Amino acid sequence: MSTPASTQNQQPTHTPVGLIAFAWALVGVPLAYGLYNTVKAASALFGG
Amino acid sequence: MAVPSFLARERIVARPGFNRWLIPPAALAVHLCIGQAYATSVYKTALVEHFDSSLTSIGIIFSIAIVMLGLSAAVFGTWVDKNGPRAAMFTSAVFWVSGFLVGSLGIYTEQLWLLYFGYGVLGGIGLGIGYISPVSTLIKWFPDRPGLATGMAIMGFGGGALIASPLSRQLMNFYDPGYDGTAGTVPSGNSVALLFLTLAVVYLVFMMFGAFIIRVPAADWRPDGFDPASVKSKSLVTTENVSANNAIKTPQFWLLWTVLFCNVTAGIGILEQAAPMIQDFFRENGGSAVAAATAAGFVGLLSLFNMGGRFVWSSTSDYIGRKPIYMVYLGVGIVLYVILATLGSTATWIFVITAAIIISFYGGGFATVPAYLRDLFGTYQVGAIHGRLLTAWAAAGVAGPLIVNGVLDSRGTPGELVAGDYRPALFIMVGLLAVGFIANLLIKPVAEKWWEPKTTDAPTAAAAPERSTVR
Repeated sequence: MSTPASTQNQQPTHTPVGLIAFAWALVGVPLAYGLYNTVKAASALFGG
Repeated sequence: MAVPSFLARERIVARPGFNRWLIPPAALAVHLCIGQAYATSVYKTALVEHFDSSLTSIGIIFSIAIVMLGLSAAVFGTWVDKNGPRAAMFTSAVFWVSGFLVGSLGIYTEQLWLLYFGYGVLGGIGLGIGYISPVSTLIKWFPDRPGLATGMAIMGFGGGALIASPLSRQLMNFYDPGYDGTAGTVPSGNSVALLFLTLAVVYLVFMMFGAFIIRVPAADWRPDGFDPASVKSKSLVTTENVSANNAIKTPQFWLLWTVLFCNVTAGIGILEQAAPMIQDFFRENGGSAVAAATAAGFVGLLSLFNMGGRFVWSSTSDYIGRKPIYMVYLGVGIVLYVILATLGSTATWIFVITAAIIISFYGGGFATVPAYLRDLFGTYQVGAIHGRLLTAWAAAGVAGPLIVNGVLDSRGTPGELVAGDYRPALFIMVGLLAVGFIANLLIKPVAEKWWEPKTTDAPTAAAAPERSTVR
């Protein structure tokens, strides 16, 4: 198995906050859509 | 088998200062897509009518996909560990999307075998590789919280179905306005073919996004304030490494295989039968007190607990330990199954709460197992070991429905069954959980003879990573 290298002698980096926010939004928005629809369906269970 | 350089593990080694919170969405981007596998019931009836076939013939598509998931995870696990998560996610995307494209062609040309080959075989390979692809990477990025990390990703697999079900209904309605998603209307076969094409494009974009933002940590990287010695102090947790080939020679692997098999089989027993089960439990004088819409709501509630359990229980295992949490899944599971079998038909709330907690344990069992493997065998080839362990899932996917359907077939006709008809199946599940509980109790630390030599990670320091734009 080839394994990752050491961090020694490497220039530090900075991950843009915008990229992290975009990545989380990209997965979070569809998940929220799915959750909303499922909760709506599940509410029939308590609606009598 | 070499991979193109842009996919190589060496190209995605993160530089110092990289923010590890970019990794969970990369993993979720893959798992949310492949989780669609649990939403196949949305177009099942449409395919039965389109192919003028039976439910069993169409149900085989899902069975092939799950069996291929287990087989491909076991066969390609070592390849995934060797070549890294980007190559694995990329390959998974290619297979998963090809599965939809070939499946779409099969539906359009009315050739069922193409659907078996496309969604079942090709898609199933994509499922297996995709399922294990981000797991070992997450464990390495979150050595302080491996349960939380794997819980987040594997929660995505449960979440994928929550997204795909309503999205598929809306898309089929768009392609076939005659279908409005209510009971009694069935979408046309061509609308399912177009749905497959659309999903292929959407999933390709999402999975490639995940593949190209994923990074692996350098060997000497540690989270701020994390002391590896603190991990070693917990019982059953090793700082040693065991290879995948050696892991399957240990009793710990097979005991954990048994634990997973029993936990999954018991959960599938309820999941597979959820909608008719709640109606049958409250059947009086031939009719059920539970309406079809309420039963569908129950299925939705179980999906939420399945997904939530993956995150909540797996995260909890970081605090109470992996062995104790499985004692909860299996031990409390036994009590809950007994309650379900004996008191489940006395009140709807007892039935619903009991079943929901059981399903949360089912999801939790899936999400916690990679962290359990990491505790026992180290991080060296945990992805490959996880892949081999998933054969337990494939076996449970066959055993669970066989047990439940076998018992119910012997007790009566669907639509006329009552709570008592389920009791033999539920007590079989109690027995299975007891077997799993004992297997979990027997798990001890892995013997020293299976440990890899200390030089295993030596090439790590020597390799010089190339640069990539986003680190």
